[in-house]
Amino acid sequence: MHVAIIGNGVTGVTAAVRIRQRRPDWRITLISGESRYHYSRPALMYVFMGHMRYEDTKPFEDSYWAEQRIDLLRAWVTEIDTEQKRLHLLDRDPLAYDRLLIATGSKPNRFGWPGQDLEGVQGLWGLYDLKRLYDTAARTEQAVIVGGGLIGIELAEMLHSRNIDVTFLVRERSYWDNILPKEESGMINEIIRAAGIGLRLETELKEIVSDDSRRCVAVETGNGERISCQLVGLTAGVSPNIDLLRESSIETKRGVLVDSSLRTSAADVWAAGDCAEILRPEADRNLIQQVWYTGKLQGELVGDVIAGEERAYDPGIWFNSAKFLDLEYQTYGQVNMDVPGEKNLFWRHPDQQLAVRIVYTDDGVVGVNLMGLRWRHEVCERWILDKRPVHWVLEHLAEANFDPEFFRRHEPAIQSALREQIA
Amino acid sequence: MIDETLSNYDFDEEDVGFGAPPMLPDAPLSWARRLSAIGIAAGLFLLVLFFFGIDLGGGWSALFSTLGLLSLATALWFYLDFKDTEPGIKHDRTFFRAIQNRSLLGWSLGIAISGFYIVLYFYDELQAKGLPAVLERPIRLLDPLAELTQGGESSRWFLYGVLYTLAIVLFGVRMLMKYRHNRYQRIRTVSVMFFQFGFAWFLPNLLIYFKRPYMEFNGVWPLKHDYLWPGGVDGFLGAGNFGIFLLVWAIGLVVATPILTYFYGKRWYCSWVCGCGGLAETFGDPWRQQSAKSTGAWHIERWLVHGVLIAVLVVTLALWGNHLTDGRVFGSSAYTLKQWYGFYIGAIFSGVVGVGFYPVLGNRIWCRFGCPQAAILGLWQRVFSRFRITTNGGQCISCGNCSTYCEMGIDVRAYAQNGENIVRASCVGCGVCSAVCPRGVLKLENGSFADRFEGADEPLRALRESFEKPEIYGYRAWSERNRQA
Repeated sequence: MHVAIIGNGVTGVTAAVRIRQRRPDWRITLISGESRYHYSRPALMYVFMGHMRYEDTKPFEDSYWAEQRIDLLRAWVTEIDTEQKRLHLLDRDPLAYDRLLIATGSKPNRFGWPGQDLEGVQGLWGLYDLKRLYDTAARTEQAVIVGGGLIGIELAEMLHSRNIDVTFLVRERSYWDNILPKEESGMINEIIRAAGIGLRLETELKEIVSDDSRRCVAVETGNGERISCQLVGLTAGVSPNIDLLRESSIETKRGVLVDSSLRTSAADVWAAGDCAEILRPEADRNLIQQVWYTGKLQGELVGDVIAGEERAYDPGIWFNSAKFLDLEYQTYGQVNMDVPGEKNLFWRHPDQQLAVRIVYTDDGVVGVNLMGLRWRHEVCERWILDKRPVHWVLEHLAEANFDPEFFRRHEPAIQSALREQIA
Repeated sequence: MIDETLSNYDFDEEDVGFGAPPMLPDAPLSWARRLSAIGIAAGLFLLVLFFFGIDLGGGWSALFSTLGLLSLATALWFYLDFKDTEPGIKHDRTFFRAIQNRSLLGWSLGIAISGFYIVLYFYDELQAKGLPAVLERPIRLLDPLAELTQGGESSRWFLYGVLYTLAIVLFGVRMLMKYRHNRYQRIRTVSVMFFQFGFAWFLPNLLIYFKRPYMEFNGVWPLKHDYLWPGGVDGFLGAGNFGIFLLVWAIGLVVATPILTYFYGKRWYCSWVCGCGGLAETFGDPWRQQSAKSTGAWHIERWLVHGVLIAVLVVTLALWGNHLTDGRVFGSSAYTLKQWYGFYIGAIFSGVVGVGFYPVLGNRIWCRFGCPQAAILGLWQRVFSRFRITTNGGQCISCGNCSTYCEMGIDVRAYAQNGENIVRASCVGCGVCSAVCPRGVLKLENGSFADRFEGADEPLRALRESFEKPEIYGYRAWSERNRQA
């Protein structure tokens, strides 16, 4: 049995390791055109800023793959032939497979902006983007970043660390306010400005302007402002990377359509991670999840299923985390999702960048947001699963604390402020 | 079809790699920082003048205008370096600065520090072979301070003590500023500064002043091996009631070691009290990312550090065997062993290599590969302690900051991405992994010793199993553990 896996990101790698654990004698080929070995994509920024070397971003030693008998193939797949069960590769002979996993991840969104294909305009997703950033930074004094999300602020921080003047165009009224409530979002606006990064809220990109050599030299905003820049970062979200499948028989919509066991419409072909769109006939929309842990979870599941153990995907209680410049953020459950009957409690430290939000209904707590504070995943998840009443949660706040030892404790202040808000 | 930009991409990230990206110049230095830079330069210049025999007014005036000026200006520089930044992790450019990496500059600094240790340790022998008296002027510079604190002339060991303490205090200022958002780091740094200044420098000097047996009060056998070798014990016994107190102190620390390690882990000593640890955590901090992380390095570490532990136990037993039987057991070979241990382990390993190679192999070379006290503390920590580093559910993104900045070369990420506790003999509990984690995943904690890992409630079996290669590979998402539980 030969399993081919397209994509050596966290999903493809998790699946490969999983299949190897369950099927010691199967042949496994992990294909990537991007890198020889698996690396941690979220760590790209640290390479550029000098916190880590590229080799430090690799979660496994190079010798691991041979030890585990997982074949690594550096190649771009150009076509999937589901009839013949063959992969066509760029500049290489085709590769036959018995079972196939598509784990091609995401790609940056481009909304058809005039000038989006100019030199100096790029997203930030893979090593090829990092390489381009190195090349472009050599002639960049000013940069404009379009789109106020997680990748945008990382790119802003990266360029800022090389003293490049950064202007951040955010279409919304406040940074990432489609995800964050206005208080948390406002805190991030503050720290972006305090760091000396130009923040233009409610500002859309109208056009990227070039010189004669097709290099970008400026952007024009919807407000008619012209900002000169030699680099434009397009970071207005990501979408499933399914270009490869356009001419194949595998059904796609926004992503590769899969059932709850991550099986595609083609025989012996699965898809998992950012590129997969999980059909949910019972809900009003399908499920596309594009964060690290869901890539890992889906990789685990699909590894089991490919190896012969049938399971259905259960995403569990949502969580995520991020770091905005120096400000850490964690979220658990449903926050800013308009849960029917939801009420919000919010505490912010009078002079530090620390905040807590608890979202609850009459049935109990449904979500938590944390800025600058660390809480325990297991505890928050348990509260939400058990639908603990908000009073109970406030009573047990200290159990969630995950800040390093000797950090100032804020539970008494949080408890008294939030109890007052309830009253 | 795939994008042309992708199909044309053929950069070799492995062999070519990514270095420092281009950058625009920094803002000009503030006047205060220029002033501190001038102070450092002036202090160094006057030091060189003094070294070559120029009279700087003698006594305190010479000391203040050289080492005094240099120290104040350095502390000011470190203070200003971080003062105007937002509190948070400041690792921008760490891998781009020549001095912090295995560059020509890094190697040169390493060779210079090693060279200083060689001259210091083998000064008499080297002088007999024709080395000029290079330490004479530096030693004389400290005469007024030695007179004040020891009641006598300065010596090369006094010079070493002053430089060592200064390094911890000045780079301690740097640590306090760099981690000013992190109270664990601040309190810990104040602790190592306090123990070095008070326990390892001020009080021992007082002992010399009052002509008592010498002892550094934060030193424990077998790191300070001679405290409990026959010669040391005889010295204590021959010094009256106060000598008995010193002996009780020395034995007391040996007895306290497993107890404190049970409650707090190895860190109570290695990164809060110890002088070697103090130097590593302050002066050595700029190089912590140089520690080797490979499985190969881990194998070398286990053989070496436990090998040194066995060696010091053998030497100790041999010396006492001889002492109690008037040399009938081991004869003169015990003396040879003692000389051998003092030379290869005490001088070469802990000093010349242990500190000299900071810029090349990281700041914990001695602690990780050589220190017998660390080996004992590590065994206790591994099997019988309440200490562990816990990981926060599924939040790890495998970025690798924790592993990169682990000075002991532990692949912290391998545990964190599996949602497992980190219980490793070598972990000194410096807390930097937790500080650099961008997702709030790691926390140093003391809890019940039995729930740290599967099988922790049977310490002896855990010890036996720890000699086998641990299964640390693979993504095993935290969810799976929850599903099983």
